[in-house]
Amino acid sequence: MGVYHLMATINPLSSLKNLIPNLTIRGTGFSWNLVADVLAQFQYAFMQHAYMAGIIVAVVAGIVGYFVVLRSLSFAGHALSHIGFAGATGAVALGVNPIYGLLVFTVGAAMGMGFMGKRIYGRDVVIGIVLAWTLGLGVLFLSLYTGYATEAYALLFGEILGISQADVIVTLIAGVVTLIAMAIMFRPLLFASVDGDVAEARGVPVRLLSILFMVVLAISVSEAVQVVGVLLIFALLVTPPAIAERLTAHPIKAIGLSVLLAILFTCIGLFISFYLPYPVSFFITTLAFITYLVVRLWAYVRQRFTKLTSEAV
Amino acid sequence: MRRIPNRSVGLINNDMQKKNTTDLTVSLQDAAVQLDSRIIWDDANVNVEQGEFVAVVGPNGSGKSTLLRVLLGLQYLSKGHVKVLGETPHRGNKLIGYVPQRRTFEPDMPIRGRDLVMMGLEGLRWGFALPGPAQHRQQKLVDEILQSVEALKYADRPIGQLSGGEQQRFILAQALIGKPRLLLLDEPLANLDLRNQIAIPQLVAKLASADSTTVLLVTHDINPLLPVVDKVIYIAKGNMVIGKPEEVITTETLSRLYEAPVEVVRDSNGRLFVVGLEQEVAHPHEH
Repeated sequence: MGVYHLMATINPLSSLKNLIPNLTIRGTGFSWNLVADVLAQFQYAFMQHAYMAGIIVAVVAGIVGYFVVLRSLSFAGHALSHIGFAGATGAVALGVNPIYGLLVFTVGAAMGMGFMGKRIYGRDVVIGIVLAWTLGLGVLFLSLYTGYATEAYALLFGEILGISQADVIVTLIAGVVTLIAMAIMFRPLLFASVDGDVAEARGVPVRLLSILFMVVLAISVSEAVQVVGVLLIFALLVTPPAIAERLTAHPIKAIGLSVLLAILFTCIGLFISFYLPYPVSFFITTLAFITYLVVRLWAYVRQRFTKLTSEAV
Repeated sequence: MRRIPNRSVGLINNDMQKKNTTDLTVSLQDAAVQLDSRIIWDDANVNVEQGEFVAVVGPNGSGKSTLLRVLLGLQYLSKGHVKVLGETPHRGNKLIGYVPQRRTFEPDMPIRGRDLVMMGLEGLRWGFALPGPAQHRQQKLVDEILQSVEALKYADRPIGQLSGGEQQRFILAQALIGKPRLLLLDEPLANLDLRNQIAIPQLVAKLASADSTTVLLVTHDINPLLPVVDKVIYIAKGNMVIGKPEEVITTETLSRLYEAPVEVVRDSNGRLFVVGLEQEVAHPHEH
């Protein structure tokens, strides 16, 4: 089922006909009774798995992503996903489950980055060079595997509709571990992220937290790759918290909003993709992007409006 | 220029040796710090009593921040002894409040001033705060101290959007909320306008005297502090001296410290200016 779906969506623009959405492509039509629609979708095991995995990943991404934005690690997070790609394809070339390759490479790279601590700032050139090379490595491993471009497609863009029950369980375990780690680290990590010098002088183990957080990030990235893939990781990890922190400065509220947005983007994206023959990750990223634009625009308009009214006075 | 021995010892406080070191907040004896091959300062003998407000002054690079780092346990002495609150300095001393040298917060830092102050109270503890009566009590403590630094009205705005002086009040509240016995401030007035350069030291003095907190404030300009300061530590050319402002910031004392003819002039408003240093920088004396 998953592979067939992939084959169908790799070339959506091959003919103009495909641009017109065929709302019965999966056998069940869209109705305005949304509850009935969701229940209809839940008839399919792959959709159940997709929603479950998607929600777990969204919760983790919403929380971890808040700190990624706070600590200015967006680019490092992006690099981790590319390094993970090389690990995953390497694993496939060796005949091993790609998720293990993903985890080993990302966690290893994460520990290195965490160890560098503050010195990682402004190193985006170095990071960029390294991640470009790892992508090339990934291509090499792919060619060694004599196979499947679809595997690459899934890693690069996500294949949430091909998730098995075993995958859901692995995702759940990784998610729970990540959430427990974040819950334990929360206060000192926030302190170290906002006010590193003072935190260090007060005895907060800033270096240790840096490494631990990067490892948590590596695990979250490995999970999120299943949903949106390596290239679109930002959609879940960066956009929701970026939106949230424009709306509130209260840390708990910002994290809650970030999680809520991530869940909404994922679930609505999944829901829509059931009826339209385009990749799920496209819908998720587009929803995220549009929401971000709307929030920015609204803030701009509000600012201009208050300027106008204050000038009038 | 002939070398003057023992520039610091016995200069101002002749009764220093009689004090019991455990009563003192800070005590340096024959202390020196060396970084790589450069001696930052040497023969430092300084005693600070509980409740005193001490300004640490001197030219750039003289080792003022180094002194604070020694007291925080972040820098070791190459010679001599130091005691802070009766103990050897160590990291994470909860009795010391520290405000490091800093630029202002990023404009898009999504944290409220209130959160920053709360971190001073419990940012060290693992886990996260559970709502309940304990949390409520902590919020009240935060509100109280925000009231005393006069920052309650903008405590819920994103801290990056506030002015330098407003941010500094939260930074101060964060350092003071743990009720430290010693407060170390490294150039807290650097980015402030003149009004705040005078208001902030007065605020610090008011809060510190309420709890008998000892204050060491590093600055490059003594003048805004003259109304509130008890003693001055002057560091220049590796020499450190402590005493009342009118005893330390004099032509005599500073010429001895700089080992060059400098002059201290007082204007009609009582402000002190050190002149002659430009000569020293352009043509350093050999010795």
